[in-house]
Amino acid sequence: MTDAPIISIDGLTKTYAGGFTALHDVSLTVQTGEILALLGPNGAGKTTLISTICGITQPSGGQVRVGGHDVVTDFRAARRLIGLVPQEIVLEPFTRVCDTVAFSRGIFGLPHDAALIEDRLRRLTLWDKRDAMLRELSGGMRRRVMIAKALAHDPRVLFLDEPTAGVDVELRRDMWAIVRDLKSRGVTIILTTHYIEEAEAIADRIAIINGGRIGLVENKHALMRRLGQKELRMDLNRAVDGLPDTLQGRGLDLSDDGRAILYRYTVGAGTDIGPLLADVAAAGLGLRDVRTQESSLEDIFVDLLRETP
Amino acid sequence: MNRIAIWTMYRHEMARFRRTLGQSLLSPVLSTALYFVVFGAALGSRIDSVEGIPYGAFIVPGLVLLSVMTQAVSNASFGIYFPKFIGTIYEHLSAPVSYAEILLGYVGAAATKALIVGAVILATAFFFVELRIAHPMAMLAFLVLTAVSFSLLGFIIGIWARSFEQLQLVPLLIITPLAFLGGSFYSISMLPAPWQTVSLFNPVVYLVSGFRWAFFGLEDIPVAFSLLAIAGFTGACLAVVAWIFRTGWRLRD
Repeated sequence: MTDAPIISIDGLTKTYAGGFTALHDVSLTVQTGEILALLGPNGAGKTTLISTICGITQPSGGQVRVGGHDVVTDFRAARRLIGLVPQEIVLEPFTRVCDTVAFSRGIFGLPHDAALIEDRLRRLTLWDKRDAMLRELSGGMRRRVMIAKALAHDPRVLFLDEPTAGVDVELRRDMWAIVRDLKSRGVTIILTTHYIEEAEAIADRIAIINGGRIGLVENKHALMRRLGQKELRMDLNRAVDGLPDTLQGRGLDLSDDGRAILYRYTVGAGTDIGPLLADVAAAGLGLRDVRTQESSLEDIFVDLLRETP
Repeated sequence: MNRIAIWTMYRHEMARFRRTLGQSLLSPVLSTALYFVVFGAALGSRIDSVEGIPYGAFIVPGLVLLSVMTQAVSNASFGIYFPKFIGTIYEHLSAPVSYAEILLGYVGAAATKALIVGAVILATAFFFVELRIAHPMAMLAFLVLTAVSFSLLGFIIGIWARSFEQLQLVPLLIITPLAFLGGSFYSISMLPAPWQTVSLFNPVVYLVSGFRWAFFGLEDIPVAFSLLAIAGFTGACLAVVAWIFRTGWRLRD
């Protein structure tokens, strides 16, 4: 990863003809070679943001630069760098796999390259299906074709809009492997997803968008350290009516059935678990089991959305 | 100019034409053959000639032009509407191509298809009637201009349409009646005086007249007017297309 942003968005606003403002003064930079997950609920503005960067939607205000090129005034240079896999699987049913990928390369102004198309199809395990009509393929295969098409002109930035929506677990994991492979080849990836687990698994940074506004952009691990919660559960070998006096005022809770002591703390903060366990033993409470549970990115996401007006 | 992209879109459209060759060629050829049988052989046998031309031959320019116009409109409108309908238009809009390049690809392919159909119909006509083309180069020029200008109109219809019904509406309610009432099967001099005046408001009259002149050297309207009319029509279509491109109307939100 280098320091130069491949995408810089400054004050981007999008208001549709009907008066609805889908993006409010959005500013964001994406570093070369990173995977940025754009998270947000339905109607948050994720697809509008991607569409505006890619040229499908006209911005109402602000500026977007891709590789230093303005997406409106220098659209050819900007779009050459971009590959897009839209949310919907949209393919001409009576076209062959190899032809549709060749079309995607040609429309970017690049000459036919049989070796490159073969490479893309092989990487996406589509080579055996190269002569098949698109209508003959399964949903998963067609999703792969969409990716092959987006990669046919060797983009430096790839937008994946809900790439695993509606696909089975196996294919989802395949998709993650594809994304990681692309990242290893230096492709910058911007991913929108409803699956927080997906962002947690593959993203370097997380951007949260809600109501057309970017609420937060942060390194995934830093975010989870900063906002993630952990819970230490100490199961007792007998039920108690209340916490002993020596354990009062330490931020501990007793479970409803009196059989466990719960201790919640922030992931990145310092803890005093060692002395705590010693004090529990000193209070004459025997421990049957000790477990920890970490809050997921999903928990953090839900909390953040609650805080966002 | 992104020549490869234009060629890619052109080839893609022509591939669709090849895939549906039966529908693309057989249908207009069969319709034309039926016109010859009905109007040329059956009805035509009762009509001696029109302005000295055997009726079967007289209707050839009108028939060719009728097919070229309808094919140009339907191919161009479908060509651009289909990617809008199924959603693949995102590729065009996110690729490094200008609107003008998209126009060249789609209108070029639609005009080519219309010209192929026109040529096949003309060839078919030679099986039914004896024909001699007085001004072959002018005939070709009229044919190309008609194919291009009506493809431009089809392109506009394809961008405007939001459903297949709308896609069919303009050709069905405007183009076909204008073509039939534009002197394809008769000379407007055969009409009563008031209808002759009304016909002059039909742009197709000028096209058919000019095209017929290229075949037989006869004209309902001076050929210069015909050229002026087709140039004006092309100019009007280009002006609408330019406005669509400037505003992104029904292409980009």
